[in-house]
Amino acid sequence: MAHVSSGTYLKKLHLKEFVFHKTLTLSALLIIVLLLGIFLTLLVSSFPSIKALGVKFIYNKVWDPVTDEYGALPFMTGTLMTSALAIVISTPFAIGIGLFLGEYYPRGWISGIIKNAIELLAGIPSVILGFWGMFTIVPIIRTIEMKLGVTPYGVGILTASIILSIMIIPFSASLIRLVISMVPLHLKEAAYSLGATRFEVIRYVIIPYVKSGLSAGILLALGRALGETMAVTMLIGNTQIIPKGLFSTGNTMASVIANEFTEATGNLYFSALIEIGLVLFVVTTIINMIGVRIIKRFES
Amino acid sequence: MREGIRYREFKNLAFRILVILVVTISVAPLIAILVYIFKQGISVINWGFLVHLPKPVGETGGGILNAVIGSFLIIAVAALIAIPVGVTVGVYFSEQSKTGIFRTAHLAVDILQGIPSIVIGIIIYVWFVKPFGKFSALSGSIALALMMLPSIIKSTEETLKLVPLSLKEASLALGVPYYKTIISVIIPAGLSGILNGIILGIARVSGETAPLLFTAFGNPFVNFNILKPTASLPLIIFNYATSPYDEWHKLAWGASFILVVVILVLNILTKIAEKKWKVQF
Repeated sequence: MAHVSSGTYLKKLHLKEFVFHKTLTLSALLIIVLLLGIFLTLLVSSFPSIKALGVKFIYNKVWDPVTDEYGALPFMTGTLMTSALAIVISTPFAIGIGLFLGEYYPRGWISGIIKNAIELLAGIPSVILGFWGMFTIVPIIRTIEMKLGVTPYGVGILTASIILSIMIIPFSASLIRLVISMVPLHLKEAAYSLGATRFEVIRYVIIPYVKSGLSAGILLALGRALGETMAVTMLIGNTQIIPKGLFSTGNTMASVIANEFTEATGNLYFSALIEIGLVLFVVTTIINMIGVRIIKRFES
Repeated sequence: MREGIRYREFKNLAFRILVILVVTISVAPLIAILVYIFKQGISVINWGFLVHLPKPVGETGGGILNAVIGSFLIIAVAALIAIPVGVTVGVYFSEQSKTGIFRTAHLAVDILQGIPSIVIGIIIYVWFVKPFGKFSALSGSIALALMMLPSIIKSTEETLKLVPLSLKEASLALGVPYYKTIISVIIPAGLSGILNGIILGIARVSGETAPLLFTAFGNPFVNFNILKPTASLPLIIFNYATSPYDEWHKLAWGASFILVVVILVLNILTKIAEKKWKVQF
């Protein structure tokens, strides 16, 4: 009798182990399927637009739902301008914070305060930053525009880029801090023992050593900036033209989706917006993959 | 080095001052934002603000009860979806880090983390809103769950990898089956890290607006039905902030204040969890 019951016990156990293993594997497979599903959904849903508009979608300057003509060039330009500008503005600050936390003050209360402050900044929702920007950055830009004699919209490429740079500083700073803190001590010590000052150590040892890591940090920040939606939507002015300068209004790929998606009635209109999403997905994924790869190589 | 030592030391000092200056400037917007939100928000916040519905334009007063309850509902359901899946995947990652599935799924999580939130919104719209023909809290929750997943998966994986092998071996040697070892030995040992990841994930999505635009959509009334359109804090901040009415701006400031406080508290909670229950072996 005992033999039989222990047999069924073992059988039950095996079954449980089997189910457990399969659940784990299935969950991992689910993630893969999910991602493939996301990609395929974007692809299939933008198919009508790909078929009807072809490559023209990318270089057509006109986006007009009334005449059913859809060209994404204005939004691609808008995204490129705001992201590039945000990178230019944020990088010096991010490197400064990286050096401060990674080299000058790696521990102690002051670095604790700065670290927490930066994390907090990263936690403030995009929509609130945009709201704040509407009441603080916009008036400042408007004053500058009036002094310069351009149309004082207040909103536009520069305004959106400033908020965008505030949003990506925490992100790139933490990555840069990480790579700076990984510089081997013996390299720095060797330079110091030759009589180098700290600035010279940073200039001639740390910066050359972390160059690839730095570029990865900036690249990943770019990937983030490209897809940022809410704050940009609130501050860029939402016009369907190719922005001509810093003070010009415009739209980014993300902001045009946010603005028009629920209103897109026509099939082609809807599909064209999803195609913009597809482009956004592909571009950010490629940029992130390159960035992650560089960081991983740097770590090892 | 042909430059004189004085000049070199001057450059050294100047650079240090520059770095400190740059850091001070980058902290400035944070302080400006917090001060601004608190100043604008505190004048609006009172009990009535929390327990009333928004009033139409022209009438003073009114609150954001629908958004507070909506946000809570959407995030709670999102967490219910994301936690079991995230923890399970995290366990798989920490246990089977040599299989091909691991490498592909790991890559998938990295990619998932980088997908712009607006694209997640589109996907959930196509999957769950369009087929059923209506916006719903549930679709918003699924969108947020997708965004929460990477953070839960990664923290689970990283914490469980820290749990020493001897603990697992001891349990297995006592004849405890593998699945029970994982569930009652390994996971409890790493619970603090997992919790930390969950709180962090919740904090991260609680301010997300873009994925809710075409999923939860919004609702002027209090709603408990997850199959109906539902309001949320970030959404009403967006809608009221972009409206031309001062009264609505005030509501948006109040909502911003509440949202920032909630995120602040969640962040502090993770800090405490990190310090107090850090896995130490």
